[in-house]
Amino acid sequence: MADRLLVVSREDWSLHRQGELDQQRHQEKVREAIRENLAELVSEESIILSDGRKVVKVPIRSLEEYRFRFDPYQGEHAGSGPGGTEVGHILGPARPDRGEAGPGAGPGAGDQPGVDYYEAEVTVDELAELIFADLGLPNLQQKRRAHLENPSVEFTDVRKQGLQANLDKRRTLLEALRRSARQGRRGLDGIRREDLRYKTWEEHHRPIASAVVLAMMDTSGSMGTFEKYIARSFYFWMVRFLRTCYRDVQIVFIAHDTRAREVTEEEFFTKGESGGTKCSAAYEKALEIIDQRFPPAEYNIYPFHFSDGDNFPSDNVRCVKLLSELLERSSAVGYGEITSSRYYRESTLMAAFERLQDPRFTCVQIRSKEEVYPALKRFFRRTEPVPGGLVG
Amino acid sequence: MTPAELALFERRLEEIDRIARSLGLDYYPVRFEVVPAQVMYTFGAYGMPRRFSHWSFGKAYHRMKTEYDFNLSRIYELVINANPAYAFLLEGNSLLQNLVVAAHVLAHVDFFKNNARFRRTARDMVETMAVHAERIRAYEFKYGREAVERVLDAALAIQDQVDPYTDPWAREPEEEPNLPERSPADGAAQDPYADLWALDRWLPGGTGEERQESPPAQPTRRAFPRRPVKDLVRFIAEASPILEPWERDVLLMIRQEMLYFWPQLETKIMNEGWATYFHTRIMRALDLSDAEALEFAQMHAGVIQPSPHQINPYLLGLKLFESIERRWDHPTPEERERWGRQGGEGRAKIFEVRETETDLSFIRNYLTKELVEELDLYLYAQVDGHWQVVEKDWERVRDHLVQRLTHCGIPYIVVEDGDYRGRGELLLRHRHEGWDLDRRYALKTLEHLYRLWGKPVHLATVEQGRERVYVFDGESAASP
Repeated sequence: MADRLLVVSREDWSLHRQGELDQQRHQEKVREAIRENLAELVSEESIILSDGRKVVKVPIRSLEEYRFRFDPYQGEHAGSGPGGTEVGHILGPARPDRGEAGPGAGPGAGDQPGVDYYEAEVTVDELAELIFADLGLPNLQQKRRAHLENPSVEFTDVRKQGLQANLDKRRTLLEALRRSARQGRRGLDGIRREDLRYKTWEEHHRPIASAVVLAMMDTSGSMGTFEKYIARSFYFWMVRFLRTCYRDVQIVFIAHDTRAREVTEEEFFTKGESGGTKCSAAYEKALEIIDQRFPPAEYNIYPFHFSDGDNFPSDNVRCVKLLSELLERSSAVGYGEITSSRYYRESTLMAAFERLQDPRFTCVQIRSKEEVYPALKRFFRRTEPVPGGLVG
Repeated sequence: MTPAELALFERRLEEIDRIARSLGLDYYPVRFEVVPAQVMYTFGAYGMPRRFSHWSFGKAYHRMKTEYDFNLSRIYELVINANPAYAFLLEGNSLLQNLVVAAHVLAHVDFFKNNARFRRTARDMVETMAVHAERIRAYEFKYGREAVERVLDAALAIQDQVDPYTDPWAREPEEEPNLPERSPADGAAQDPYADLWALDRWLPGGTGEERQESPPAQPTRRAFPRRPVKDLVRFIAEASPILEPWERDVLLMIRQEMLYFWPQLETKIMNEGWATYFHTRIMRALDLSDAEALEFAQMHAGVIQPSPHQINPYLLGLKLFESIERRWDHPTPEERERWGRQGGEGRAKIFEVRETETDLSFIRNYLTKELVEELDLYLYAQVDGHWQVVEKDWERVRDHLVQRLTHCGIPYIVVEDGDYRGRGELLLRHRHEGWDLDRRYALKTLEHLYRLWGKPVHLATVEQGRERVYVFDGESAASP
């Protein structure tokens, strides 16, 4: 009917994907932006303290659509009420004014203008994937290879032929029901050969060896919340990363001042203690724990020690000696020095460790939250790829 | 809707058509298309069934679609200003919802066809934008997606800065080639009509102030542009020293699309008010079952729900039209005497308003004290970390709305000098009208502009009462 002015139609839109495609491009840009800001995001509180939440919001500045616009916080806005609203009526909390604390209240924050972040939602797994893209297991020794590789069996597939013992009863039953329904009969109509479904496995070559992280931290009076937060961020990603390489990762927390003791995670990160610092105590404890519980032939051992470097000078020689012993038993050993103070100083302990020329030993200094990521990268630097592919 | 419901919808559409015409609506032919949610939200994000690809549309699409998926908001309908007009109906709409939407859409199309601001909009923009999309896609193949995206990013950052008020393609009159540079000072000596030049300052883009006489010894530099230019996008596309022809083409396409959308930005309250006014009238005239009447009441109430933090254009527009109709139907004795209103002219008056006004004049001319009170309109601001109501006076509220609607709430910026400091740099000036710019956004936008202009870009504005010039010089942004 050509003369009809109003026409109704319905077409097939199933191939219309422009919105999805541009959304993908947007997502790509979000990932790019995240990659560029990894240093900041690695120590983002909402992630480290996410307690297993799967999705976190991360602020992304580069994806706003900039244009000339008026200051959204200045001046008045119009609204309408249910009737009889008086001057002075409060509508609700306002967002913080410009210039006030931005995300994270750590050192350096707060002087950036604007709070209008575009927040992207990413899963912690996605973020981890980006962070771990540059990490590798350092200095794996050849002798462990045989131990690390062991085929594991996972049932991942369903087929029509297989071993009788692997019959998937549930799927078989469903298949039988479907077939009888197709043939127009209600209910079960006997099970035929073509209904049978079998679980089938694939062999995975995954390292079976376990890893243990010996998290050591100086809890003497000079270690404040900032220092503990840095250590916490570092260990968070360290454990997560090792979990991608090993089936089982244990973590042992050793707190020390002049004496060392094994503590729970909560105590480790929250309890403040006072007193002087004797790092050798921690190393002794670590050695003791290794010898008692984690034979180096079975475990990949990763001791890492955070301190502010204020060690008794007389203790340094002993520290170096014990550290060498630790190195013999471990895959990689790290020492991280956190100095939140603005002036630069080289601690005595750091100087003492400089002389150690073992490729398995890494010394890092962290002065701000942004330096956690470079520290991770240095500790888990990719070295010569080990033949045979150790990482599952 | 099932095919059966669709057939029923078509039948009842004829009835709606008849009622709408009897009420005086005059619209283009309309093609109603039933689409799934994913397509509806794509069109919503792009503003058109077919438009060029850009990640910002993807971002908008994702946000809208997510809100729909979580049942936070819902677009019932989308209508495109074209001849014939296109209206898209959401697949999940019930039959009654689609009837309301159809009534609403017919009023929208009537508005597009008859409001003066739409006189110059291209009615074949659906096809034009599809062509633009093809062309930009071809540029992507030829010059790479990244290169095209960089230009689009920059072009979209300044797309608001066009000139919708003059003939979009009018050229500056060619300058007479042999005349020496004029200045008001030497003009006065030779030319009996020279004092007319001084009136230039009242022209659009003039300063409005008496010009300072410059010392005669200074060599006069030819002003470029001769007079401040409002259409930044076109100025950049035509005058940028660094852009490739295809990049200029992209800018001009974006400009054309923006000019098409501009009247819609200018008439949001009127257009929604008009459509809401007529969907209620049409639905009242339809023969509805009890259940349908209830469903309609529910849907209508949702549409005109007031919001404490913003103005609901559907509600404000509807109430304004109804108030105008009432005041012209039943004028007060004073109005009869002073303005010669006869009474009973309500319907004719609102048709006149829909033809001649924009949101700005609609509010300025017709928002009354009674209406501000009835709608409980107020102004609120940030006080001690809370949003607090700070103003109830109806004139202040009205003036605030008028000011916010001026230039569609977009800062008014002109190109003042395209050869700033004699170095080919760009100087823009923001005509400050009470609200400061968002500085961070302005600096970032200057970065985009720099990519299009190739030389440092400056923006003169006022911040907290003081003159400021924001600069981006290619490396860092500064606001000295």
